[in-house]
Amino acid sequence: MTHTVLVTGVSRHIGARVASVLSADPDISRVIGVDTVPPPSLTRDGGVSLGRTEFVRVDLRSPDIAQVIAAADIGTVVHMSLVSAPSRSGGRAAMKEHNVIGTMQLLGACQRSATVRRVVVRSTTAVYGSSPRDPAVFTEDLEPHDGPSHGYAKDAVEVEGYVRGFARRRPDVTVSLLRFANFMGPGVDSPLTRYFTQPVLPTVLGFDPRLQFVHEDDAVEVLRRMATEDHPGTYNVAGVGVLLLSQCARRAGRPSLPLPAPAFKTLGSAARGLGLVEYSPEQLRLMSHGRAVDTSRLADELGWRPKFTTAAAFDDFLRSRRLHPVGGVRH
Amino acid sequence: MSVPDEDARVIPISAAPSYTDEPESLARLLAFVRRRITGDYEVDEFGYDAELTDKVVLELIRPLYHHWFRVETAELKNIPEEGGALVVANHSGTLPVDALMLQVALHDEAGRALRLLGADLVYQLPLLSHLSRKTGHTLACREDADRLLRKGELVGVFPEGFKGVGKPFSERYKLQRFGRGGFVASAIRAGVPIVPTAIVGAEEIYPKLGDLKFLARLLGLPYLPITPFFPLLGPLGLVPLPSKWMIEFGEPIRTDDYDPSAADDPMLVFNLTDHVREVIQQLLNELRLRRGHAFPPFL
Repeated sequence: MTHTVLVTGVSRHIGARVASVLSADPDISRVIGVDTVPPPSLTRDGGVSLGRTEFVRVDLRSPDIAQVIAAADIGTVVHMSLVSAPSRSGGRAAMKEHNVIGTMQLLGACQRSATVRRVVVRSTTAVYGSSPRDPAVFTEDLEPHDGPSHGYAKDAVEVEGYVRGFARRRPDVTVSLLRFANFMGPGVDSPLTRYFTQPVLPTVLGFDPRLQFVHEDDAVEVLRRMATEDHPGTYNVAGVGVLLLSQCARRAGRPSLPLPAPAFKTLGSAARGLGLVEYSPEQLRLMSHGRAVDTSRLADELGWRPKFTTAAAFDDFLRSRRLHPVGGVRH
Repeated sequence: MSVPDEDARVIPISAAPSYTDEPESLARLLAFVRRRITGDYEVDEFGYDAELTDKVVLELIRPLYHHWFRVETAELKNIPEEGGALVVANHSGTLPVDALMLQVALHDEAGRALRLLGADLVYQLPLLSHLSRKTGHTLACREDADRLLRKGELVGVFPEGFKGVGKPFSERYKLQRFGRGGFVASAIRAGVPIVPTAIVGAEEIYPKLGDLKFLARLLGLPYLPITPFFPLLGPLGLVPLPSKWMIEFGEPIRTDDYDPSAADDPMLVFNLTDHVREVIQQLLNELRLRRGHAFPPFL
């Protein structure tokens, strides 16, 4: 039996790593990677090797994706193409279109396809929001009091809505929805990893949020398992344990600069205007109230636990950026 | 250099009195500082920082516990040595100082970390929100309560909430209404015992004579008290009066005889809630009599 896998978002680090791992799997006959831009490994040296992945440049927002799925008899779709920060050229509108319209086009194509048997969608724990009125630890079934109202997290909530709709309409397709905590690791480049490499870390005065990370290796392993086995349902994916923001700053050996919430907001918007950092109102809430999720459902389903705890994932990231606490290396 | 005679014995250097005390405690202190500076400590998923709580926060409160309020505890044997349990206590004192004293009592005398369930107001306020999480407490909601009890933690609740802590001095030692009994449902779901607890002494620390309701509403606070010294003496009025405190832990009320689904039976939950309330009121009356005057050296 031939097994063809489509991976969206292969030009990003985790997407590329997933495509590369899947193309090394002898049970998978073809891996097709799509993205709006060519992967860095094709344009210049550096970047993750995609192995025997065939790259097709497709704008997810266009119906072209349906042709790719139909032409290649795709059996499994791994949808990784969720953009977490607006690009400098496109801005927020383009980002929203990419995330939401792109997912709609992709799911529409899957719904029509007679060959698609499995759909794996990357989402984020940001769909739970961050609020002082919600439980400290989120399980998958929990309805948050104050769900996210803008930005990336709002996109993810909408994407999840379409995924659930798709799962209802095509009960014969195995749909796995993965809510990842923030990615952390040597190859990850996200607003959060850029935040921690700043010389001074602005924080919200009087708050010390709980943060949770998932190591890129573990994220890739979860996506590989989901793409090659049937695990229907929604799963939180995060490293065991939490780190407080103050603890992260100390581990990174970076001084923190506590600012009252309005000042933090103003500074964030100003820095965003200058193109220095990506900042959204969601971040103020995360930086105030934090978020932690329960991952026992994933552990039970896969019979597996992430290799890296939240702290180990963060330390691995620090090592790769040569960051260490004041007074030398921690053992 | 003299040759040691036969009576002289070689003792290991670690047994020398000067060695055991100072350098070791100094080394411990340095190790503590190093761990804090490099972030090499653990907090649990609720944000509880056990080391910071024990070594810093409780250390600051202990003088108040021992010398100011002279807290006495009774029937500590009713606190299980391990496993989940729900401590249910009366709430009073205008500011929730009783929560801190209960935490010190259980931490130092029963060896258990108390995980309190607090109002959502606490988690909206800067400083208070993260201090509360770091000292082991979390939001009063069904999910967090169930999770802590399942993990075998000692969870504490003040079911009277703001009605209790903010009641006027004239109502002292009269238990207020006990909400919807969510805490009883949580105990039944987890099958853990409920330990009814009476705290005597907190009522007298800030006798609340009046309430600046308008200002409180303006500031988003549940109440703004007038005490004999506040706001009259300004910040000095915030010094609590040195009343004599006693904390008694009552006989545990078992819930493991019920099926976990009994938590959804409102009649049963209400009855059990009433029972817990009556037991606490009775404990409170007896303990208050036993204590006598609130300010023993003076009155």
